[in-house]
Amino acid sequence: MTAAGTPPPVADRPVPRRDEGSAPFWEACAQGRLVAQRCTACGRFRFPPRPTCPACRSFEHRWEDLSGRGRVWSWIRAHPPLLPAFAELAPYIALVVALDEDPIHLRMIGRLEPACPEPAIGDPVQVGFERVVDQVIPLWRLG
Amino acid sequence: MGLLPFSKNLGRPERTAALEVILQALAEAGMGADDVDGVVRTTMESTTDAHIAFCLGIPDLRFFGEVGHGGGSGCALVGHAALAVEAGVAEVVVVYRARNRSTGGRPWAQAGNQVGGDAQWSVPFGVVRPVDQIAMLARRYMHECGITTRHFGEVAVACRSHAARNPGAQMRDPITLQDHAAARPVSEPLRLFDCCLESDGAVAFVVTTLERARGGARPPVLIRAHAQGVGPEHVVMTSYHSENPLQSTATFAARNLYRRSEVGPNDIQCAQLYDAFSPLVLMSLEAYGFCGPGEGGAFAEDGGLQWPAGRLPVNTSGGSLSEAYVHGFNLIAEGVRQVRGTSTAQVAGLEHCLVSSGSGVPTSALILGAYR
Repeated sequence: MTAAGTPPPVADRPVPRRDEGSAPFWEACAQGRLVAQRCTACGRFRFPPRPTCPACRSFEHRWEDLSGRGRVWSWIRAHPPLLPAFAELAPYIALVVALDEDPIHLRMIGRLEPACPEPAIGDPVQVGFERVVDQVIPLWRLG
Repeated sequence: MGLLPFSKNLGRPERTAALEVILQALAEAGMGADDVDGVVRTTMESTTDAHIAFCLGIPDLRFFGEVGHGGGSGCALVGHAALAVEAGVAEVVVVYRARNRSTGGRPWAQAGNQVGGDAQWSVPFGVVRPVDQIAMLARRYMHECGITTRHFGEVAVACRSHAARNPGAQMRDPITLQDHAAARPVSEPLRLFDCCLESDGAVAFVVTTLERARGGARPPVLIRAHAQGVGPEHVVMTSYHSENPLQSTATFAARNLYRRSEVGPNDIQCAQLYDAFSPLVLMSLEAYGFCGPGEGGAFAEDGGLQWPAGRLPVNTSGGSLSEAYVHGFNLIAEGVRQVRGTSTAQVAGLEHCLVSSGSGVPTSALILGAYR
C-alpha cells in the first residue's frame, strides 16, 4: 500500500524481448552497432528479421554492420493518453528511418532525441543508442 | 441481422451479449438455434465457436473457423461463411462480434515490460497505440500525395453529420472543419476527431442460401462479392516495410473483390469504409477505385463524402468515428441497412454498397446488393 501523497512509481519503459530471430540485432545495439540481415544468396537486405529471404527464399544470411545513417521516412509527435512510462516523455517524436544502405528494404522505427528540433521527411539522421532498463536500443538524432 | 444498442457500457458480459445478439439475428431470419450449422468468429472474440454451440444447444455444428487481425476480419467472416454456404458445407452460418471494454480493455494498454514479436520493433520506441501506428502512415501519405489535415477533417465532419441523423450513434453533435483543426492532438498529425470512439456493442449476421433467406422477416441482402487481401511484406499495423507502404492491404483486397464480381466501383452508390482513423478512409477511396491514387483528399473536399449530395456518401451511420467502434462490424450492419433501404441517411435507389474492414492490417471487403 502506498502512503498518502506518495505518487505511484512510474512503470519501466517496455523493452524488447529477444527471440532467436532478433537476438543478433539487440546484441549488436548493446555494443553500439546497428546491423541488419542480408541474404547471402541474392544480396537483399531485410528488416524486420525473418528466417527466409522474401525475394529468393534462401535461408542463408549474415548480419551486416550499417553506417547508421538514413533519412526520415515519416514521423509522429505523441501526446497523452499514453502508457505511464511514455507519458513522462510526452510529447515525444517517433520516426521511421529509411537507411542509406537500402532505403526501400531497411526502414526502422525509432525515437528522436528530445533535444532535436521538429524533423521533416527526407532530413538526414544518424543513429545513437540509449539504455532502457537493462537493454540498449537505437535513439536517432538529426544531422 | 442482430444488433444490441451501442454504448459506453454494455451492462453484460461479452458472452451473454454474443448469445443474445445471435438469437436476435436468427429470429429476424425466421430461424432458431436448431437451424445453425456453422459459426465463424474473429480471433479477438472472447467466446469460441464451440462454446456458442454449447450455450445455444446447436445440435450439429459442421463448419466453424476464425479469421485473425482484429479490425481487418469483419468482412472476411461473412466471406468465409458465404464460401461454406456456396460449397454446401453448411447452410446457416452465424457471424458475430460482441465487445465489452470493461472486460476487454484497451489492447495497446496491455503491453508488458517486455514486448516480443513484431511489437519489439515499435513499442520500445513509443509507437505503441494504433493511433501512433496509423499517424506514421498518414504523414507519409500527406507527403507523397499532397493530402492535408483538412482532408482528414472532411472525413470526420461527414461521419458526424451522418451520426447526427442516427439515433443509435454515440456522438451526434455536429462538428466543423474548424472544430476538427482545433481539437487536441493525439498523435500528430492526427487529432481527437481523427480517432474512432471507444464503444461497447454486439452485432451478428446470418449467412445462408437465398432460398432460406427469403423466409425471414426482413428482405434478404445479397453478398455480391467478398475478398481478402494482404500484399507483400506486410507487418500488421506497423506496415512500413513493403516497397510501397501506401499501397495498403486494401489495394490487394480490392483487386480480389472486383476480379470475382461483375460489379465495379461505378456500380456502387454508397460505401462503408473502415475508419478507425480518418486517413484510412481517404486511402480506401483510392484503394477501392472510387478515385485515382493520391486523389482521396480532393474526392473528400467540399462534402464529397456527405449524404445526400456528396458524390459517394460514406459511413452513413456515422461510422467508427461517430456511431460506434466495434471493429467495423457496425459498418457491415449499416451496409445491410442501406441495401434494405432502412438507413437514417438512405441513399435513394441504391443497388450496391461496399463495406471494407480495417486496412493497415490484413483486410477484407464485401459488396452487398439489394434484393429486388
